[in-house]
Amino acid sequence: MNHTPPTIRGEPVEPLLQLSGISKSFGGLNALSDVNLHIRRGEIYGLIGPNGAGKTTLFNVITGLYQASAGQFEFNGHRYQTGKPHVLAQAGIARTFQNIRLFANLSALENVMIGRHVRTRAGVFGALLRNRKTRAEEQAISQRAQELLRYVGLARSAHTLAKHLSYGEQRRLEIARALATEPLLLALDEPAAGMNATETASLQTLLQSIRETGITVLLIEHDVKLVMGLCDRVAVLDYGKKIAEDVPHKVRNHPAVIAAYLGVGDD
Amino acid sequence: MNIFLQQIVNGLVQGSVYALVALGYTMVYGILGLINFAHGEVVMVGAMLSLSSLGLLLGWDVSPLLALPLSVIIAMVGCMALGYGIERVAYRPLRHAPRLAPLITAIGISILLQNLAMMIWGRGYHPFPVLFANTTHSFAGAIISDVQIAIVVLAVLIMAGLMTVVHHTRLGRSMRAVAENQHAAQLMGVDINRVISLTFMLGSALAAIAGLMVSANYGLAHYYMGFLLGLKAFTAAVLGGIGNLRGAMLGGLLLGLIESLGAGYIGDLTGGFLGSNYQDVFAFFVLIAVLVFRPSGLLGERIAERA
Repeated sequence: MNHTPPTIRGEPVEPLLQLSGISKSFGGLNALSDVNLHIRRGEIYGLIGPNGAGKTTLFNVITGLYQASAGQFEFNGHRYQTGKPHVLAQAGIARTFQNIRLFANLSALENVMIGRHVRTRAGVFGALLRNRKTRAEEQAISQRAQELLRYVGLARSAHTLAKHLSYGEQRRLEIARALATEPLLLALDEPAAGMNATETASLQTLLQSIRETGITVLLIEHDVKLVMGLCDRVAVLDYGKKIAEDVPHKVRNHPAVIAAYLGVGDD
Repeated sequence: MNIFLQQIVNGLVQGSVYALVALGYTMVYGILGLINFAHGEVVMVGAMLSLSSLGLLLGWDVSPLLALPLSVIIAMVGCMALGYGIERVAYRPLRHAPRLAPLITAIGISILLQNLAMMIWGRGYHPFPVLFANTTHSFAGAIISDVQIAIVVLAVLIMAGLMTVVHHTRLGRSMRAVAENQHAAQLMGVDINRVISLTFMLGSALAAIAGLMVSANYGLAHYYMGFLLGLKAFTAAVLGGIGNLRGAMLGGLLLGLIESLGAGYIGDLTGGFLGSNYQDVFAFFVLIAVLVFRPSGLLGERIAERA
């Protein structure tokens, strides 16, 4: 393992996310074994691997849906127990889902407003009685949600029910909802899945602009072109183990990666 | 007297009460996918609490004008605590259990509450005190009393208020989000346990008011009154499409109308063979018909849309 501190432009920076020795088994099956990785602040970090390599499992550990069987989880300088999604949401990890999970019967605006709940606290009676403080907070929530919709290019669909948006729009709405939680780390599970070329291109622009606002991005993706064009560093998983981690063009030529994707000859 | 119009009036009054109770069933079902069969008993406890506190307050010479709202508040607070407790004790520990388990605890809680009420308030009928002169008005051949007018007006106001809460407040937004996808809502920082507790409390507050309405309308309360009322309100919720708030209101009003029109005309239709005491048959005939021909109810979404 690399013991020198990771750097951006030569300056030492503590990593935003540091996983050490993370393992996860389901029954007898080891979905992840001894995975070490760190994600630096401000980078776009890609996670790729053949089907069944454990990408989604690792992703679910990072976002708290799964509890790791072993290993340490450090985020933003604090150690966390895995398996507590709301705690990690509070800490600043937001995610989107491979199969979109919006609130279908809520409007686009309401979907994003829900994302603000993690950063705002209206009391029970405030919610019912609608006093001035609550109304002011609601106003602020709605305003911020509208900004985010504009940011992802959905300003005109604010009052459309999520289920009536197009597929690409739903993906972008999911990202807006995740951004509403003010994440430090935005984790995207196959955001380009099922998108056409135009939608993928606009997604790429969006992700770049998100990174420029200082948000770190973790990307699981099948679209290798997108990953190679967008990511600063890429990790490759195979059979639950990290087999490579480097800048995209080095990963592409890594022998273990080629073997994992294409298989090895019998010689 | 115009029988048809009179039965419409009676049906609207009864239907308003059904609608308030049905909302409690449907809100809980919408969020947890669970039929809270103890909800009818919450209505009964609401009626008993308001009657007892009303008697107490009147005994202290509190003016009826003040005693009535006070007793409503006492009943609402009591029922909200009860609703919170039921969820906490009987449903939350079983949230991930097979669906049959919370259904059985619901029936258990229902029996427990009935028996507790019998021990506290006895087996007898409790008369509703006469607070005001309950004058009756007649129009177009139908008669309606002040109490009945108050029931309908109050029910409409409460339902409008509930729709505002659900569609225009943070709590309502959280409720709808939790109903659609608990997991995603949790990841967005929604405290789902709090939302579920508040949903039970909201439904129970409505039940308390409905309990007071029923006992005011019929002039009495009884430890067993929640059972049949609960089943009928459940029928109303199914008729409208369980899980759908507008459906519960529509179903409640329709069921009230079907029942009272049925009771009004059953004698004529069967040549006097069956009398209006067969009123209850209509509600359950409706339940069976809906379950057979349109299980998702009038306004219900197709099951496939629910994940």
